[in-house]
Amino acid sequence: MKALVWHGTGDIRCDSAPDPKIEDARDAIIKVTSCAICGSDLHLFDHFIPGMESGDIMGHETMGEVVEVGAGSRAALKIGQRVIIPFTIICGQCEQCKRGNFSVCETTNRKKKLADVAFGHSGAGLFGYTHLTGGYSGGQAEYLRVPFADATHIKVPEGIEDEKLLFLSDIFPTGWQAAVQCDIQPTDTVAIWGCGPVGQMAICSAILMGAKRVFAIDRVPERLAMAKAGGAETIDFAEVNVVEALNEATKGKGPEKCTDAVGLEAHATSSIDAIYDRAKQAMMLESDRAHVLREMIYVCRPAGVLSVPGVYGGLIDKVPFGALMNKGLTIRTGQTHVNRWSDDLLRRIEEGQIDPSFVITHTVGLDQGPEMYKTFRDKQDGCIKVVLKPGEMAA
Amino acid sequence: MSGAPTKSAAIAGRSYSKHDALARGLGYFSIGLGLAELVAPRLLSRATGVKDSEHIIRAFGVREVATGLAILASHDPTPWIWGRVGGDLIDIATAASALDGKNPKRENVALTLLALAATTAADIACAIGLTAQKQIATDAVADYSKRSGFPRAPRFMRGAARDLEVPTDMRIPELLRPYDEGTPKPKGRALGAKGLRP
Ligand SMILES: NC(=O)c1ccc[n+]([C@@H]2O[C@H](COP(=O)([O-])OP(=O)(O)OC[C@H]3O[C@@H](n4cnc5c(N)ncnc54)[C@H](O)[C@@H]3O)[C@@H](O)[C@H]2O)c1
Ligand SMILES: [Zn+2]
Ligand SMILES: [Zn+2]
Repeated sequence: MKALVWHGTGDIRCDSAPDPKIEDARDAIIKVTSCAICGSDLHLFDHFIPGMESGDIMGHETMGEVVEVGAGSRAALKIGQRVIIPFTIICGQCEQCKRGNFSVCETTNRKKKLADVAFGHSGAGLFGYTHLTGGYSGGQAEYLRVPFADATHIKVPEGIEDEKLLFLSDIFPTGWQAAVQCDIQPTDTVAIWGCGPVGQMAICSAILMGAKRVFAIDRVPERLAMAKAGGAETIDFAEVNVVEALNEATKGKGPEKCTDAVGLEAHATSSIDAIYDRAKQAMMLESDRAHVLREMIYVCRPAGVLSVPGVYGGLIDKVPFGALMNKGLTIRTGQTHVNRWSDDLLRRIEEGQIDPSFVITHTVGLDQGPEMYKTFRDKQDGCIKVVLKPGEMAA
Repeated sequence: MSGAPTKSAAIAGRSYSKHDALARGLGYFSIGLGLAELVAPRLLSRATGVKDSEHIIRAFGVREVATGLAILASHDPTPWIWGRVGGDLIDIATAASALDGKNPKRENVALTLLALAATTAADIACAIGLTAQKQIATDAVADYSKRSGFPRAPRFMRGAARDLEVPTDMRIPELLRPYDEGTPKPKGRALGAKGLRP
């Protein structure tokens, strides 16, 4: 089969790879109909997250049709079933899964020892996402092996196009959980850093949950325009001082709820901490750039909440923990517990409350995926979200 | 600015541009040259007819190897390639000073300068290309001002999902809940008369 394979920093290629086979009774094989490139893939593309190996297959936003099922998953899945595969691999039986904390499932990371060393304790196995989270082959491919398939799937009905459903695998629940974590009150001002796909989903979710005002921060004009269309008031961080703008808009009190939908590759325009981060990163003394986190801690209203869906991989520096502590801020973060929200969100899509496909700007064959990584990362050609179609490759 | 400058350097079917590939090449070149300068400074010194220049050549070697390793290891080689451009200028200045009429090896020095000029040109082209491909467009290249995920204008959608029950583990701690007298309090979570839980 064809698959997008990681070869090194900035180097992803569409290669031939062996077709996946059932390796365990609970496995299933999916024929992929659509998959997408995520901002998290960019962190791997740029090699900010450790634990990638040349030859790894990328991708964790995947949907398709079941073509093979191991004996242990036959009660849950039938051949021909249309499914979305959440990016978190879950057993459905451990204590964390039972609590709904799916992204920290205790059983699915087959390289648990590595993660225990890096993080103290391991989280769930993830598709196409470094050996720290199991090193499982990802879904930017023609076929995907789904481990623990009896639990790791979301069944979806026929008759709704892929585009409307695909993002249940990751970014829609991620933006949703980002907003849920804010416990939004009708009086709340919510500020969201980053208007990439995750930011856009977080904006929609905050509006649906009834935030009084939603501010969206980015510097890419198309992304800001989309955020505005979704009901946000926008701040261009290349033009204005974000902290001042947010304070001004909230009578000097700051927003009650702040969301980091940017993660470890935050950009900053000419601030001291940005230069400091760049220098330390270049010398490999710090792995992640924390500009957005610092800004959020600083501007958030006392007793407010910081919600951090943005991904961090390792160490950060110069975090104003004193401000965080003295202001009594609550911080909530994590990889998304996709299956905790997916049924409710599927219902909202079916009822027409929201159609997450609005972020898609590029749909191409899987073989054009490598070029699209670059287009997406460098925000060229108005790119916001890329969908790849393994069935539409040039022969 | 649009994505135009990188398009020309794109390699079809690859996530790697010609500039990315050139940067790696320069990284290996840097290490190779640096090792030669470290291992055989005497030879190089004699070939260019500059006496007592071994220590300078060795120092240049250290610089070359370090830059080369940084180019190959870093997430983004751009600053290191610009660093190479700076290094090239120092090399040129040093070599040019050996070009005086008394040096019997001045032909070799001239050849060295020629090679340095070529390397500098490659470094500059690579650095400019890498810088341009990371440039964020400041003019919108597409109009998404009407693209929202909602069936109606956002102001009609505000609060449409208030039916959602925030799970207990994601609620704000009760004592940190901002107290605001003028607003209706969500059912079951209101503060009591004394600001404590009922
Ligand atoms: N928690 C999860 O489960 C989960 C799931 C999916 C994605 N993510 C993470 O969410 C983040 C965003 O993902 P995405 O797909 O939207 O990626 P993206 O790269 O498309 O979006 C990031 C956006 O942040 C903007 N940005 C950069 N610096 C900024 C700053 N200082 N202030 C404001 N905005 C800034 C960029 O211009 C860009 O538009 C990534 O870190 C990704 O890894 C997390
Ligand atoms: Zn993702
Ligand atoms: Zn589990």
